Amino acid sequence: MSQQAKVIVQTQDFNVAEEYALLANDISDGAVVNFVGKVRDFNDGSDVTDLTLEHYPGMTESVLNQLAEQAYDRWPLNKVTIIHRVGTMGLGEQIVFIGVTSAHRKAAFAACEFLIDFLKTKAPFWKLEAGSDGDKWVEARDSDEQAAKMWQE
Amino acid sequence: MIQVLFFAQVRELLGTDKVAVPASGIHTTEDLRAVLAAKNEKWGKVMTSDKLLVAVNQTMSNWDTVVEQGDEVAFFPPVTGG
Repeated sequence: MSQQAKVIVQTQDFNVAEEYALLANDISDGAVVNFVGKVRDFNDGSDVTDLTLEHYPGMTESVLNQLAEQAYDRWPLNKVTIIHRVGTMGLGEQIVFIGVTSAHRKAAFAACEFLIDFLKTKAPFWKLEAGSDGDKWVEARDSDEQAAKMWQE
Repeated sequence: MIQVLFFAQVRELLGTDKVAVPASGIHTTEDLRAVLAAKNEKWGKVMTSDKLLVAVNQTMSNWDTVVEQGDEVAFFPPVTGG
């Protein structure tokens, strides 16, 4: 029987310490792996001043839950948390949190990487960057698609 | 009717986030795309882009996916979250 993942799409920031504490409170788990994605100050050679995330409400949550379900099918996991922000975020702000717990580290590392690779190519989020050149939609990267394909082999 | 949604650049280029299209004569996502592309030159360009993606009832779909009365169909560019 697979566990229920915690999947949240929200505009407000999240607290990594709180999310870690919720993930880490089960003594059967020997491993907790967290990933946090942040807004950085450059992309493709242009400066970036802030980032706006748009999404497809309803479909986003359903895709994220399906990805978590696939991770539970592939690895012996206990807890899975996926939090993704939408709206406008400034430089250095947190965008996405992925947390995975398991009895052993290998499963936790692998599942966390699988989730971020698939989220980047399957979940309906779009980034709009503001910078000195004006607003620019972020182009999808072939390298992200290849990273996601790696898990299908 | 078929409820049609647009996101990100597609929404911005078309200048609208949704339209309703009569379902008669539409059997697949490709049919729906052709109806929208025929509106004018701008819509033609956006709707025939080879990067355009489509979801039917919030599930990622192909150009031969069946579309029926009452369905929600969304058109959008490749995703860039994370």
